[in-house]
Amino acid sequence: MHMADALLSPALGGTMWAVTGATIIYCSQKIKHSLDDRKIPLMGVMGAFIFAAQMINFAIPATGSSGHLGGGLLLAILLGPAAAFLTLASVLTVQALFFADGGLLALGCNIFNLGFAPCFITYPLIYQRITKGRLTAGRLLFGALAAAIIGLQLGSLGVVIQTNMSGMLSLSFSSFLLLMQAIHLPIGIVEGLITAGVVSFIWRARPEILDRSGAEQALGQLPLRNVLIGLVVATILTGGLISWFASENPDGLEWSLLKTTDQQELPLPATGIKAPLQKLQDQTALLPDYGFRQENQTGTDLTGAKTGTTVAGLVGGAIILLFGLLLGIILKKSGKHYGRQNR
Amino acid sequence: MAGKIDNVFNDIGRLEMLAEQNSPIHRLDPRAKLLVTIFFVLTVVSYDKYAIADLLPFFLYPAMIIGLANLPVGYLLKKLLIVSPFVLFITIFNPFIDREIMVELGPLAISGGWISFASLLLRFSLTVGAALLLIATTGFPAVCGALDKMGAPRILTVQFLMLYRYLFVLIEEGIRMIRAHALRSFSRSRPRYRVYLQLLGNLLLRTLDRAQRIHLAMLSRAFSGEIKTVRQFNFGRAELLFLLSATGTFIILRATHLTGLLGSLILEIVR
Repeated sequence: MHMADALLSPALGGTMWAVTGATIIYCSQKIKHSLDDRKIPLMGVMGAFIFAAQMINFAIPATGSSGHLGGGLLLAILLGPAAAFLTLASVLTVQALFFADGGLLALGCNIFNLGFAPCFITYPLIYQRITKGRLTAGRLLFGALAAAIIGLQLGSLGVVIQTNMSGMLSLSFSSFLLLMQAIHLPIGIVEGLITAGVVSFIWRARPEILDRSGAEQALGQLPLRNVLIGLVVATILTGGLISWFASENPDGLEWSLLKTTDQQELPLPATGIKAPLQKLQDQTALLPDYGFRQENQTGTDLTGAKTGTTVAGLVGGAIILLFGLLLGIILKKSGKHYGRQNR
Repeated sequence: MAGKIDNVFNDIGRLEMLAEQNSPIHRLDPRAKLLVTIFFVLTVVSYDKYAIADLLPFFLYPAMIIGLANLPVGYLLKKLLIVSPFVLFITIFNPFIDREIMVELGPLAISGGWISFASLLLRFSLTVGAALLLIATTGFPAVCGALDKMGAPRILTVQFLMLYRYLFVLIEEGIRMIRAHALRSFSRSRPRYRVYLQLLGNLLLRTLDRAQRIHLAMLSRAFSGEIKTVRQFNFGRAELLFLLSATGTFIILRATHLTGLLGSLILEIVR
């Protein structure tokens, strides 16, 4: 499942972008040094294949629902981890831009959640271990199933952790975790079955393709340690930097508050007090306190004051929306009918 | 089902057609639009989870772009409505869990959950809308060019362009396969698992063969690992103006509570 911008805090989104970016740069270096330019068209076309394959889905018997391919594991098997990660990144980018799956900020999370586990964890550590030596249909099925299920569980764990760190949901960590892991179990099984089925189809029809990608494992054998060190450094650097910029955003605080007190917010301070903390509190307030001061003083109780500011907010919002609508219409009406751009 | 694929096909084509228009926004350098879009998304998501009124002024940006770039509002709205059942699926829990009453408007009491639900939906339409607007005013190849100019790994941008080039080819091939299957199976809407695997496997074999042909074609044309385009990038005064005015506006909106101030001003006058 795709993470969405709306559920992310900027600090976390930026951090995940940095992690994904570092992995992409690492993979690019890896491919550049492997000097195998056959990979370039192969990656491009395989990305398009994943796209087309996701459009085709099959009926799952007795459930009325349908399943389709995710593709991370299949790409890793056919291209090797580094090329597979880049290919998956490009597929997810096109999906984010054209089909609005997730969004731009969440793209970093999505690439990481859907790509990192199958390419760098479950493919080398599970699938390759199981299918090492002589390839049999049983080993292939078992390896693909295990790798796909664990890969998807890790991915959905990533979504849960990122969502909770951003603190946009009221759903508690444990119930969200249970929900997501349970949903991704059948998805993982379907993914494993499809991957095993397609790979064994290829294996029967054209065994040399699998042999060839097996022979290229020089590219597949990644020193995982280097990747991890790079990731940690990137995370610390950017996480520190970005959260310094975004430190006024109280997501982390709110989250820990929710965990410890089971309460969404601290009660608002009395309006007259000019405590030095007031400013900070304003930032964490339920609805920022933007009413004029007289209004706050006329409202005797807190709810009254809050309602006052809310009414102000609604009136202002309506005016601005109306203004925006008018602006758009005027601009559109006044604009000439533009022809095609000649580049 | 084939209809669904046709839709995807049309979607990409439609957005790419929109990107070929010639308007002040379309003429801007892709880098400027990319930067402004990123800044916009970051600003919008930096609000806390109960912000509603403060998010509303940000709709001015899409309104401006849609107006200036002559984009079809209905189409973009429809795209927004169709996508992301995921966001709806998990945010819908907010109203049921977070029941603490936060605002009372006359007889109407609104809980924090509904407020954060509305805020998340606003946030979602703004961020996703921004990405759609970027593509509809710039086009995917130009965005790739901008990424390349801004220092993204060459292999990645080449991969983007390759993927984009063959996307249409392979989707068309997929459509043909599904149509052929439907014709031979009494219009069964979805293939069974075994048939599905064979369809997918055959598509994969064709894909691999195609990759080999492309590789040979590239070799015979002295491909050196980069795609050369004649597109010119020019970050001039218009781009600088666009970048500074847009980001400046976002910063001002983030730092002040424009909506609240305006509203209470009006209320004062009315009173």
